[in-house]
Amino acid sequence: MRGQVLFDGEAHGEALVLREPLSMWGGLDPETGVLIDAHHPQRGAVLTDRVVVMPSGRGSSSSSSVLAEAIRTGHAPAAILLGEPDLILAVGAAVGHELYERRIPILNLEAADLAGIRDGAALRIGRGGEVEIA
Amino acid sequence: MAVALDDRERAMLAGDLGTGAALAMRLVLLAADVLRAERLIPISRAHVDSCLHHGQASQDFVDRLLDGGAQVGVPTTLNVGTLDLLHPELWRGSAEAAARGRRLMESYRSLGCRPTFTCAPYQLPDARPQLGEQVAWAESNAIVFCNTVLGARTERYGDFTDIACAIAGRVPDAGLHRDEARHASIVLRLADDVPPSLVESDVLYPVLGIVLGRVAGAQVVALDGLPRLDEDRLKAVCAAAASSGSVAMFHVVGSTPEAPTLEAALGGRRPEREVEVTLDQLRSARDALSTGGAEPGDPIGAVSLGTPHASVTELAAIAEELDGGHVAPEVELLVSTSRGVMESEAARGPIARLREAGAEILVDTCSYLGPILRPTPLPTMTDSGKWAYYAPGNIGARVVFGSRRECVRSALRGTLWRDPGLWGGR
Repeated sequence: MRGQVLFDGEAHGEALVLREPLSMWGGLDPETGVLIDAHHPQRGAVLTDRVVVMPSGRGSSSSSSVLAEAIRTGHAPAAILLGEPDLILAVGAAVGHELYERRIPILNLEAADLAGIRDGAALRIGRGGEVEIA
Repeated sequence: MAVALDDRERAMLAGDLGTGAALAMRLVLLAADVLRAERLIPISRAHVDSCLHHGQASQDFVDRLLDGGAQVGVPTTLNVGTLDLLHPELWRGSAEAAARGRRLMESYRSLGCRPTFTCAPYQLPDARPQLGEQVAWAESNAIVFCNTVLGARTERYGDFTDIACAIAGRVPDAGLHRDEARHASIVLRLADDVPPSLVESDVLYPVLGIVLGRVAGAQVVALDGLPRLDEDRLKAVCAAAASSGSVAMFHVVGSTPEAPTLEAALGGRRPEREVEVTLDQLRSARDALSTGGAEPGDPIGAVSLGTPHASVTELAAIAEELDGGHVAPEVELLVSTSRGVMESEAARGPIARLREAGAEILVDTCSYLGPILRPTPLPTMTDSGKWAYYAPGNIGARVVFGSRRECVRSALRGTLWRDPGLWGGR
């Protein structure tokens, strides 16, 4: 399948399917990669090097900074797959790449494609928005 | 989709105006791509939120811009930073964290931004855009206020994008910058069981904002059937709606400039949904804001007012409620405002009365961003929907939400006071 590229890059990793949208600000500890939002059902999950799959981004515009900081520390997800476009996450990934030369692809997928990704599935993301389930 | 660029935009992208400007233009073009814009349009102002420290990446980014010779291309105000630069003694965190926060705030000044350090730039007379003006604003409450109350046009810009637009002087021609995205698709009304006394109280508006945010998601709502609302009440709805939802704009029919009538707010179309909010729904949203578990008569530790930053009229209203009394010795009453409002002639009297009553005035930051309030195991009261929403997660506060009068009287007594008739007895 192929998604709309919000920020381009290559990645591979195990899918972490989030049942609810996550705001990186107040939701991700960039020092550890742990999901820390007390209201989120998957609190305690580790996002580092996972392909995070969620219906949409949420909330604070400070999430760009938190994602860029997680890229700096090496605790960012490998990629983020969304069900709608999200400028905040795309810019966080772009700045992470500008500053630290690491690319975290951010894609917007069709709802049916997104729903077909199971938690723990091995995913490979190629340039131009290509997503392969191994 | 390729974005059509003019000569100046191309030159900036090519690095002819420095590597900092080129970085800014790359980010503006990324935004244009994500928002599917076909071109960029000029802006007249910007409001930047990136000056709040979220880690080393915050400083690395602004250093990259400064090293590349970047300066803002339009008048640019700054949002809150980590600490109150005018009252640094109010910071209770480490000296290192304070130094990092201060350095970032100073770096944004070096880019040519005005050191306003406020989440309510719309309260500064020379920073308010006019109806129809194209701007790039960040900070969720300010974005909603800008679109809704001022009728100026901004998308939901966030960290990095805000300063990139300010340097480039351009935004993507997309979203709320264009007429078609500004019309409401949902109509929200209060049900008949909401008593007029509640509609007249300030306490309704943050709660209504929380409900509006949940109903709207990212759509535009028209609030119909309300009396004419002043800017303080509109601010409370804006801030709460942007906390519980991804709201960037709504209309209040009869109060906001693009909604003289319901038909105008809807752009002549039929609404997708019409929603009535009952008194029970409002009470339940109100109750969800109070995580402190306190009953009337229980001791409280602190009261935090002024989120978003208090206006001159709000400072005067708090001073009025204090009525010459003094804050109970075991309670901290903190009132946040901007340095611009604090230093204005009109605020001098109210500020003096607040200080005489034992209140502390905080500027340049907000009490839910870091260690500023005196640590207390007891609940903190607030009249702000936004403060109530974020403070438990950010600083671990136990929150009790109430009206301004409930907050101030509780601060005077040292124990939680409830206005018995306010919510129809429950």
